[in-house]
Order: sequence, then C-alpha cells, then structure tokens
Amino acid sequence: MIEVENLTKQFGRKTAVDHLSFSVRKGEVLGFLGPNGAGKSTTMRMITGFLPPTSGDAKLCGISVIDRPAEAKSKVGYLPESAPLYNDMTVTGFLKFCAEVRGLSGNTRKDAVERVIETCFLQGVAFQSIDTLSKGYRHRTCLAQALLHDPEVLILDEPTDGLDPNQKHEVRQLIKRLGETKAILFSTHILEEVEAACTRAVIVDRGKIVVDGTPAELIAKSETGSLTDLFRQVTTLDTAA
Amino acid sequence: MNTWTIFKRELSAYFSHPIAYAVIVVFLILSMIFAFTFGGFIDSRDASLTYSFFYFLPLVLMVLVPALGMRLISEELRSGTLELLGTMPLSMWSVIFGKFLAAATVWLVAILLTFPIWITVNWFGDPDNLSIICGYISAFLVACTFLSITLFVSAFTRDQVICLIISALICILLTLGTFDVFARVYARAFSPEVASAITALGPWEHFMSLARGSFRLQDAVWFVSIIAASLCGTSAILSAKRA
Repeated sequence: MIEVENLTKQFGRKTAVDHLSFSVRKGEVLGFLGPNGAGKSTTMRMITGFLPPTSGDAKLCGISVIDRPAEAKSKVGYLPESAPLYNDMTVTGFLKFCAEVRGLSGNTRKDAVERVIETCFLQGVAFQSIDTLSKGYRHRTCLAQALLHDPEVLILDEPTDGLDPNQKHEVRQLIKRLGETKAILFSTHILEEVEAACTRAVIVDRGKIVVDGTPAELIAKSETGSLTDLFRQVTTLDTAA
Repeated sequence: MNTWTIFKRELSAYFSHPIAYAVIVVFLILSMIFAFTFGGFIDSRDASLTYSFFYFLPLVLMVLVPALGMRLISEELRSGTLELLGTMPLSMWSVIFGKFLAAATVWLVAILLTFPIWITVNWFGDPDNLSIICGYISAFLVACTFLSITLFVSAFTRDQVICLIISALICILLTLGTFDVFARVYARAFSPEVASAITALGPWEHFMSLARGSFRLQDAVWFVSIIAASLCGTSAILSAKRA
C-alpha cells in the first residue's frame, strides 16, 4: 500500500533523507523510529505529498505521489507532528471543512463527521471552540480529520506525543484496530509503543534505515534484550552528527 | 469547488473574530473624517463624491488593508495548517484564490458600508450616480491591489507583525511616494517622461481616472498586473518554501 523507493531529500547541502526505501502492506502497522532530526517527519511529508522529494518516489496504493498527486493524496490520511488546527473554528466546523475539501458532501459528509467524532471520542467537545481544547483533544481532533475519508493509508507523525497515559493507551488501541484493515506508518519516540502497537518497525538514523524487523526480531538483535539499548547502539547522538 | 470551500472558511473566520469588525469601523471613521475635514464635504457644494470622499480613500486603505490581510498566509505558516492543506487533494491556487477573495469580500463590505454618504449627496443634490459607482469600483480595486501585495508579503513570513510592517511600508511608499505634493516635485526635478513614469507607478493616476468615470487601458493594466504578479509571486514563494 505504501511503497517508498529511493526517496531522497536535500535541504541545501544537508541531506535529510538519504535513498530511503521501504514498504508497508495492508494490515501492517509500521513503527518509524529514530532520533530527532533523523528525517522521520521529512519522509512523512514527502509521502503525503507536502514536500516534493529531491529524487525517488513514493507510491500510495500504486499511485505515484509525484505523477498523480491529487489522486494519491485522496488515498491517505495524515496527522502532522504539531496537530495543526484552525483555532477560530469549532471541532465539528473544522471536521466539516476538512470533509468538504476531501470532496464529501451532503449526508455522506454528515455521517463521516459523526463517525470520526465517535471513533476519536470527541462527543464531549464536538461544539467547543478549538482554541479552548486541551492538548489531548487537539491531537484527537487532528487525528479525526485524517480518518474522515476512510483512507486506505494512514500516516501519523507522533500520534501519542503530549497525551496522558490513558489517552496514549486509547490511541494505541485505535491504531491497532485501524491497522487491521489499513496500512499505517507512524513515528514515535516511545519504544514500548513499538511492542504495543506495531507489527513491524524500522529505525532510521541520519536519513537511512539502520534496522528493520518485527518487534520480536528487534529485541532479539539487541544484546541485552531491550529496545532502548538497540536504539542507542544503532543511532548517533545529535551532538556527534 | 475547493476555492469556494476555502473562501467560506476564511470569510467566516474574519467575521467570527473582532478583526474584521474593528478594521471596518476604523475604515468608516477615518474615511468620514477625511471627507468632512480635508475633503470639505459640506462646504464644497459639490454633489459628486470624487474629490470630497473617494480622493482620500487610498490614504486610509494603504494602512488598513495590510492590517486586515496580515494573517492571510502568515497565520497558516505559523500554526502549520498549511501543511494540512498541502496534504489534502486541493491545489495551492485554490488556497490562494480562496483567501484572496474572502479578504476582498470583507473590503467590498467595508467600502459599501459608506453608503450613507451616497444617500446624503442624493438627498441634497443631483450627483452623477454613474461616476459614484465608478468611484466605488476604483476604491475596491485599490483595496484588492493592496491586498494582493499583503498576500505576497505574508507568504514570506510566519510573523504577522513583520508582514504588517513590510506590506504597509510598500503600500505607503506606493501611495505617498506618488501623492500630489511629491508628483509636483518630480515634475520640477525630472523630465516630463520620467516624472509621469514615476507617478504612474502609484495608485493615484489610475484610481482617480477611474473614479472620475473614465476607464483607460493603462489603469486596467496597472490594477490587473499588480494583482496577477502578486498572486503568482505568492504561489512561487509557497512552492519554493517546500523545495
């Protein structure tokens, strides 16, 4: 469902993503790990069609995001890292707007908005203004936006960042449930999340994949049986880079 | 289609915030102050609004248009919502057009809300209403021109204050730099061709010829080329930012 081929991004002379290739099949949840600045967000922005890659291609359901961007974008739901929202709107108003941009109208739109409000537990704040929401609700509103058109591919940039332990658990369960029928790529810094929600994980460092495998394989690779140790082994400190 | 969606959202954002109301009220107050003081609206015994009212509008618009427009792209850049829009199946042109048209609509409302002065001149005299309509159209076109400049500047920065300062500076330089007083200085200092070329850069010549009711090709070219160049520039900057 997600095929990334030799994706490269250079900002000036700095190479943020270096010939990255991987794929995510339907029913797979791929955890995207790596230190800050490793190129995780840049990769996701390229796959979702926001940033044009310097070279390489990403295909969503077989559609190239470079050649047919509008079609490819309609296949994917994206939660950006900062969970950006329009603060002047209500939760329902914002979701309606996003649904309209996604080409939904009339009853389909109404149903889609109601469905994602339920999926993301937003019933209590549905008519509240977004600038009064707590961080957890903001994140879930932005996640709801990614689910509106029931996309086959989901790309989530740190979906559990800034949530409390209960909310983290809920979002992980949600990712797991959605992952049964979709292809999901999500980035995280929390290594226990890999075991809790992923079927496979890759670790990227300085724009390259250094480890790829199922959570069990990753743990087996580490000498001490801990993901944290493996992570520290294969990645560079940002001070060393 | 998507332009319409963006347009609706933007317009409701303007009117769900105090900013549109504040700018409209300040615009009405300032334009009336100019009309009743410098314009000599009462004393001139002139039923046309060209010199008593329309003449001063560029002076008000050169600051207020950037004030209303400073959030256009800057706010999207700061909050990151542009990233969200960039991953949705819509073109950046829909975003640019939608935002531009929504802000232009606010200005259309603001300018039309000066209608009491039009009723007044019709009550007391017998003005040429066709030329008053031309005055309104040209005031709206000047607002759109300044707006497009503000939109272009806002694509550069995520800081609204910087956007306000820079875009207001450009509009003020264009407007005051070619104001009557300076135009006379240029006429003395340079050859007539150079002087008229400088004056033609600013809004006055084009604004006033249309406001007097004569529509010339060079005025259309001035309005359309600045607006088109600014919108294309905005699109170019937004693509360049992502590359």
